[in-house]
Amino acid sequence: MLSNKSFVRKTRHGRVIKVVREHYLRDDISCGALFCPQCDTSKAALRQTAENILVVDTNVVLHQMDLLENEIISDVVVLSVVLEEVKNKNLSLYNRLRAIIDNPTRHFFVFANEHHKDTYIKALAGETPNDRNDRAIRVATQWYQEHLGPSAKVILLTNDMDNRSKARESGIISETVQAYVQSLGKPELLDLVARSDAMDIDKNEAEDLRPNKKAVVYAEHKVMSEITAGLHQGRYHQGKLRVNRYNPFVAYVGSESVGEEILINGRQDMNRAFDGDVVAVELLPQSLLPGSQAVKIADRDDEEEEEEPVGLVPASADDAPQESQVQENSQLTGSNRPCGRVIGIIKRNWRQYCGSLEPMKMPGGSGGNVHALFVSADRRIPKIRIQTRQLANLIDKRIIASVDSWEPNSRYPSGHYVRTIGDIGDRATESDVLLIENDINSRPFADAVLACLPPLPWSVSDQDLLHQQRQDLRNLCVFSVDPIGCKDIDDALHCKLMPNGLYEVGVHIADVTNFVHPGTPLDEEASQRGTSVYMVERRIDMLPKPLTEDICSLRADVERLAFSVLWEMTAEAEIVSVSFTKSIIKSSAALSYVEAQARMDDSRLEDALTADLRNMNRLAKIMRQRRIERGALTLASPEVKFEIDTETHDPLDVGMYQVREANQMVEEFMLAANISVAEKILKHFPAYSLLRRHPVPTPNMFEPLLRTAAAVGVHLDISSSKALADSLDHAVGDDPYFNKLIRILATRCMTQAVYFCSGELSLPEFHHYGLAAPLYTHFTSPIRRYADVIVHRLLAAALGLSNLPPQFRDRSTLTSISDNLNYRHRNAQMAGRASVELHTLIFFKNRPMDAEARIVKIQSNGFIVFVPKFGIEGPVYLIGKGASKIASGSTSECSWVVDEEMQTVRASDGNCTFRVLDVTHVHIEVVEPQPNRPKLQLTLVS
Amino acid sequence: MEFISPEGLRLDGRRPHEMRQLHAEVGVVAKADGSALFEMGNTKVIAAVYGPHEVQIHSQQLHDQALVRCEYSMAAFSTGERRRRGKSDRRAMELSLVIRQTLEAAILTHLMPRSQIDIFVQVLQADGGTRAACINAASMALADAGIPMRDLVVSCAAGYLNSTPLLDLNYIEDSGGGPDLTVGIFPKLDKVSLLQMDSKLSTDLFEKVLTLAMEGSKAIAEYMRQMLLENTQKLAFARGTLKR
Ligand SMILES: [Zn+2]
Repeated sequence: MLSNKSFVRKTRHGRVIKVVREHYLRDDISCGALFCPQCDTSKAALRQTAENILVVDTNVVLHQMDLLENEIISDVVVLSVVLEEVKNKNLSLYNRLRAIIDNPTRHFFVFANEHHKDTYIKALAGETPNDRNDRAIRVATQWYQEHLGPSAKVILLTNDMDNRSKARESGIISETVQAYVQSLGKPELLDLVARSDAMDIDKNEAEDLRPNKKAVVYAEHKVMSEITAGLHQGRYHQGKLRVNRYNPFVAYVGSESVGEEILINGRQDMNRAFDGDVVAVELLPQSLLPGSQAVKIADRDDEEEEEEPVGLVPASADDAPQESQVQENSQLTGSNRPCGRVIGIIKRNWRQYCGSLEPMKMPGGSGGNVHALFVSADRRIPKIRIQTRQLANLIDKRIIASVDSWEPNSRYPSGHYVRTIGDIGDRATESDVLLIENDINSRPFADAVLACLPPLPWSVSDQDLLHQQRQDLRNLCVFSVDPIGCKDIDDALHCKLMPNGLYEVGVHIADVTNFVHPGTPLDEEASQRGTSVYMVERRIDMLPKPLTEDICSLRADVERLAFSVLWEMTAEAEIVSVSFTKSIIKSSAALSYVEAQARMDDSRLEDALTADLRNMNRLAKIMRQRRIERGALTLASPEVKFEIDTETHDPLDVGMYQVREANQMVEEFMLAANISVAEKILKHFPAYSLLRRHPVPTPNMFEPLLRTAAAVGVHLDISSSKALADSLDHAVGDDPYFNKLIRILATRCMTQAVYFCSGELSLPEFHHYGLAAPLYTHFTSPIRRYADVIVHRLLAAALGLSNLPPQFRDRSTLTSISDNLNYRHRNAQMAGRASVELHTLIFFKNRPMDAEARIVKIQSNGFIVFVPKFGIEGPVYLIGKGASKIASGSTSECSWVVDEEMQTVRASDGNCTFRVLDVTHVHIEVVEPQPNRPKLQLTLVS
Repeated sequence: MEFISPEGLRLDGRRPHEMRQLHAEVGVVAKADGSALFEMGNTKVIAAVYGPHEVQIHSQQLHDQALVRCEYSMAAFSTGERRRRGKSDRRAMELSLVIRQTLEAAILTHLMPRSQIDIFVQVLQADGGTRAACINAASMALADAGIPMRDLVVSCAAGYLNSTPLLDLNYIEDSGGGPDLTVGIFPKLDKVSLLQMDSKLSTDLFEKVLTLAMEGSKAIAEYMRQMLLENTQKLAFARGTLKR
């Protein structure tokens, strides 16, 4: 059957045209009931055993997703009209709904009511699209009841009163979400019902409980049409709001129309916007620019004073607090950053948040409905008001909550409880929180993914051996060097002196793409995960264990498939030629860094392997020297390593990661392989190569470093990476640790390197600043990084070994892949750091101790210290709340004079002076200012 | 953009291997020697054939075969935006050429030396797949005119979107940016006379999409043959040569 849909649409040029689209109505769409005698049941999902078959309307999907995600809701019909509306209104909810539908245990079924000949309806004259869709939902519900007959009870779930009464008129059973959940007899599930809907049902209850109902706390948001007009006229500016990670009362909006970031100061001006929301901003007149602190204090008064947390040392500029940098800049240059206030929200970025309830007194009686404040683990998120009937259960738990709405008359957004993760303070729970907050998928691999693995036990087959394009390199003396206990060995090396006096050096990388084929579920999963995640006590793999630890791992004495980079080098480490081949290798030794170093250092050893190691090390040193001469930076980051108790997974000891010559040797050849591969793939695929670049830091990113250095009389030249490298070399003090400290401070001035698609940028932008390399990519760790998997495929295609997968021929697809990789990579790092912070906390819980520390920055109320032994950094307060009592020694009434310009702080009695980069001693301990909120505290030791 | 829902329905409700509704009529232009109207869904094309007749411009005359000329145009009202389109814009020129070449391969031109056959094709309504519809309409008009042909030429388009081969793309699918190809075949001889594709597609996928387009063409051929047969029967009744 055929029906034509016609509608009127405005074109981009403002002309109005009539669009006519065909709309086919079918008689072969099945109802999805497993027990239906008339329809095809091959894809059916609705069970006869279900008490009810539920039909949901669009608003239920839009507002009650957390409830739908709960297992109690099953046997649901999702009409295509609903699905389409959800997709147009909120893509992330649509994706969540799709995930439920795809899960076979949930018994959700999509019914294409819009294409079914009996359920398609045409809009009546004068009927609004919304009314028409509501009617379509009712017609479809009625059809289901008639089609399935008395064998099933079909219920329409809708919170729309009008829709409900019309449904009842035509004989459809219809309930509100609230009433339906109540009928299930599980009161705790009512917590999942979103508040905005709950409110129109028990309005009286809600009104009584909400404090200062009448007071308007925030300005009303402007209506969308006014925002659009304002944006058009240039009165308003659109951009994504970013809240400062270290000070949640300050946010920035990157605006193209203004050309720089607009500062939003205080919750009042943020006007209910969340981090990541797309907002419309109005610029504030000059008179209201910062300096007038009054506004700030007014909206802070009820929140506890925010203190800077003690945490890991930032590894790059992306981790460091931004705010201090900004304020200092404006002081120095006198330039005023534009300030603004949010006048409307264009697109919400609400997600689910991990956190816990703010401690509160238990109300009298139990089981009642109480309001509580939810505090997110992410400091950028404001507290969320939720209702719960199970306060006693939740009060010491880590829970997930989501936001439903934020009315102007409410200080906090309202939301609802989603689920419990576990007990606060429990190591496993806290670890899970870190994973969830960083959007890391730690679920076991699905069966469909595992089905892509080759059968075990796997070994090299004759087919692999006879393959024309695979070179047999089993005769070479190949070995691997990795950290102790490494099971996923993805690289191995060899070095052979050839008769002509040249060295043949090879880097052999696990041939992961021989097992991970494009488009398979295994590939999709790896592409989504993007990288393996290394937490202190566990590893979350990108690929299933049989691949990472067995089939692909280049273990000793077994034959393995590899992708090899082979160079011919002179004794001066000049590359004469480079070639690439798929190969079969048999590693003769899997060494640890310690073992390799010991072999090289032990002059009595004269075996072939040790000789190869020494040759390689010599070549590596020359290559490294040359790289440094080119301007590569030797930066430093204090990497902390925990010794973990194998039983309890609690940390036993903590120390710095030691870097040996052997580490540097392996690193050098990996860099060389990555560079050679980058050159090769870019030559063949100028527009479709996946490369990695490290942007040149802007001068003002170096500002804090330069000021610190100047305060101690060191001049740094930042004009180029070469100049910086040289002046870092010359920055030596009396103190042996001084140089390392300066390098650590320099490292955090830079941003992170990122993946990109070569077609999106021009050649000069490909530059890798830190390595001083014009081209760079990732090739050497395909077991744990998806970028390397892509690069393997690109290289194989460049060598003519295989076809380039079609999605790589599409620049926008490749760009979205690289965006995802950057996101995953960043999250994996954040989670890893957070995991170290968590374990540092657990470590110090029972072991308060004193340690040597360095002052890295003087600020108005004290200074920031860095504790090298544990790699942590945090504030020591001299002034104000939290100031240490013993700091001033004998005179307890002493006051401090801070000179931020000279970076010194002096006791007013002149007894004691602290300068930046000075050595001091601090006491580290865990304190609990609030129950269940332990944190590290640093105090001065006299 | 999602062109096929996970439930397997396209935007207009078809499944990937389904064609739009076909409709054809012959003898729609009384003055012409042969004519046909051909519809694939909302795509509507009319074709008229004149000839064989004497060659108009003497210098163009071919002494061993017939001269086939083709003129393609789009009605100003054929798309949502009313716009006068010339017969000489580049797209129209290219299409005229493609239609002429495809049909010329079917006409037994050597039987009609020193004569001329004119084919006029006009798109009345465009909704994707106009190229295929034009060839089908012209092919039926030629048959209606009684021009000797090796076989009917039948054409159909297919594309590849959301990793699925799709038959007979409509306008939205056509502008989806995926690879699409138009194939023209001689259904009885089982030979290909036209194959056009503008974008890249790996060989195994190309194979799949091509097979789909050819299957589609065969189904169209079946329908066209039926329509022609009905028309001939009608004519035979009218003449009284065929009795019920
Ligand atoms: Zn049925």
